Amino acid sequence: MWSWVGHRVTGVVIFFFLLVHVLDTSLVRVSPEAYNAVIGSYKNPLMALGETGLVAAIVFHAFNGLRIIAVDFWKKGAKYQRQMLWTVLALWVIVMVGFSIRHLSLALGGH
Amino acid sequence: MSATQIQTPRSGKVGAGRVAPKYNRNGSSKGNFEMLAWLFMRLSGVVLVVLIFGHLFVNLMVGGGIHAVDFGFVAGKWADPFWQVWDLAMLWLAMLHGSNGVRTIINDYAERDATRLWLKIVLYAAAAAIVILGTLVIFTFNPCPVVDGVQLPGGFCPAP
Repeated sequence: MWSWVGHRVTGVVIFFFLLVHVLDTSLVRVSPEAYNAVIGSYKNPLMALGETGLVAAIVFHAFNGLRIIAVDFWKKGAKYQRQMLWTVLALWVIVMVGFSIRHLSLALGGH
Repeated sequence: MSATQIQTPRSGKVGAGRVAPKYNRNGSSKGNFEMLAWLFMRLSGVVLVVLIFGHLFVNLMVGGGIHAVDFGFVAGKWADPFWQVWDLAMLWLAMLHGSNGVRTIINDYAERDATRLWLKIVLYAAAAAIVILGTLVIFTFNPCPVVDGVQLPGGFCPAP
């Protein structure tokens, strides 16, 4: 039940980010300066944490989505749904540790 | 104590197709739309995992990561038809997948008919605007914009 709640919440968050992300990328069609100014304003520690949170939502939604597909289409999917949830959470932690180390050291580190 | 009322499903008219008509509360049929939407979520979901993980890895994990993202970075990617097709597929699949997900959530939580109608009108209008805008941007992108004969600063232009 909580994986279902998590899937909905992360889905809505990702959807609203996607609307904004298409709009900010569309600034490349306005002018190089407009795009660089907006993207430049994203390059601060607060947004780096926000990006990490967004990627955490995406990675959970992706892995749990694959679990839903397995439950729906794999003969033993429903039987192993609990084990698959723990697998989702374990993979999520591993990917997020890797992503956070790389992204935060790039975003927060000197350059 | 009020009795629990079981409502007719809000997601279109169910009972079409493989369900016997006597179990269909609404009488008329609306084809297999809900089943096709359910199937689309799973098929597009698998493809989106590949497209979005690739997008995040190439844009944030390799090279300079987020520091390298600027107009020149976008121009460099869209100079290659491979990334144009990648981003176009990601745009369309993600918007359809996301819009259908939000449609499901509106059907679940908005109880009044008029509320659901208006929320979905706003959703479809926003989704159509974003898909059309994004598609136009990918195909009309100019890495070297010139306004009134003057190159805009920051452009990705070859040396004259």
